[in-house]
Amino acid sequence: MIPLSGDLPKAKGIVNEKIESNVITRGTSTLKRGLAHMLKNGVVMDVTTVEQAQIAEDAGAVSVMVLDKLPSDVRKAGGVARTASVRVIQEIMDAVTIPVMAKCRIGHVYEARVLEETDVDMIDESEVLTPADENHHIWKWDFTTPFVNGSRSLAEALRRIEEGAAMIRTKGEPGTGNVAEAVLHIKKFNDELRIIKSIYDSGDNQDLVKMAREFRVSYDLVNETARVGRLPVVNFAAGGISTPADAAYLMLLGCDGIFVGSGIFKAEDAKERAHAIVLATTFWEDPDKVKEAQKMIDERQSMLGLDVKELELRMQDRGSTA
Amino acid sequence: MSEINIGVLSIQGDVAENVASTEAALKELGINGKVTQVKTPEQISKLDGLIIPGGESTVIGHLSLVNGSLKKIKEKIESGMPVFGICAGLILLSKKVKDRVVGETDQPLLDLLDVKVERNSFGRQRDSFEAEVSLEPVNISKFNGVFIRAPSITEVGNDVEVISKFNEKIVAVKQGNILATAFHPELTSDISLHKYFVKILQQSLKDQ
Repeated sequence: MIPLSGDLPKAKGIVNEKIESNVITRGTSTLKRGLAHMLKNGVVMDVTTVEQAQIAEDAGAVSVMVLDKLPSDVRKAGGVARTASVRVIQEIMDAVTIPVMAKCRIGHVYEARVLEETDVDMIDESEVLTPADENHHIWKWDFTTPFVNGSRSLAEALRRIEEGAAMIRTKGEPGTGNVAEAVLHIKKFNDELRIIKSIYDSGDNQDLVKMAREFRVSYDLVNETARVGRLPVVNFAAGGISTPADAAYLMLLGCDGIFVGSGIFKAEDAKERAHAIVLATTFWEDPDKVKEAQKMIDERQSMLGLDVKELELRMQDRGSTA
Repeated sequence: MSEINIGVLSIQGDVAENVASTEAALKELGINGKVTQVKTPEQISKLDGLIIPGGESTVIGHLSLVNGSLKKIKEKIESGMPVFGICAGLILLSKKVKDRVVGETDQPLLDLLDVKVERNSFGRQRDSFEAEVSLEPVNISKFNGVFIRAPSITEVGNDVEVISKFNEKIVAVKQGNILATAFHPELTSDISLHKYFVKILQQSLKDQ
């Protein structure tokens, strides 16, 4: 079980309010991380229009992520990629019953404020968009709305959690249709978790302090993570997932769920593929069911994909050192 | 008595938390039982009791329809198996559902609990909240209610007992062998509601 505790004392995002005769509290870690727990074993799909959002909901998406352009189009278009139009986000919120997420630029506190005021259910501080601040991510404890952040190592994930992220996803390499980087990142995660878990089990506190210094996070967070032997928040896979088999493989590697970016709506069989990826994520333990899901798609209609080694823009590098 | 077999429907949602809370409840009550994650009709057919966890009700509903689990769950509950539905689980058990913003939806339901549910009744995630609730009819005077994009119950049938209200909205009910809450007891360390469910289960086995 993933612990839900870990509120920053006096976090500005925690709000007490009196409604009728009852006191209620919003924006606690239990509520923020709790929402992520409700998404587990599900698929979050990138969408740019109301039509796509409805296709995603009908296919069994657990949530939709609203962008102005799909990651592969962001790559092609170049220029500056910013948060999606508020009007489009609102139209989508009015059309589907599942949670709606939207992306803001790394470090762009006010794009995030705009998304919070728009009432999106979760904000993705994302490397797919052009970073607004290379040195600082958003201090997410100031928000009542939960955040998800990308990361490609345990150190990066823990730094984001320390800033208040309620959920983590691998970065992978967005918009490539190539799952290799997501696989690399989750395996790195798992290796690093095994290392700190074994240090914890050996009782060598000095070595844990050393890890905390290396990771540039607090000892308490490293200690808690080492104790439970996994990230203290829900961890999804993202970046390059295109087929049911891709999704099932990342579930097998220990991810709590799946984000699909360009993989669905850049394919020519989006509707069937969306449904097939959901089936493979739900029933990943059963190879026969994953085969049935894979049968629903046509490889000739998958997005062509890109070789990660030949990319001019590596989105995953954005914000990694901060 | 032989070992009690409690399942947590593990199609989608916060399954592990319910497994942990139920295991803790069994341990504290000193009852011999096991808690398993169940997905398939075969696994469900072997259960003495079932928990339908929080998650997205549309997803859990569609996917358990696809693999035949929904039908099996309905059969089992109709033949007396106790069930505890939480948030999405409450929605799935109910007869009628509408969304606060989108209105009527045609999502698959078990159509057993005689209530009308309003989805996302308290608003979106920013309006999600924690507050103290009381469930006096089942002798739980204080409970930390964790409401995440929570539903509420707007109408109840004659056989439904209301066990908790919050700001005049119905948030927990019982109808025979069905227990349902709009909030998430599995996200707290308080296991009194899971203990209450285990006791209902134990009684149902004695009555058989």
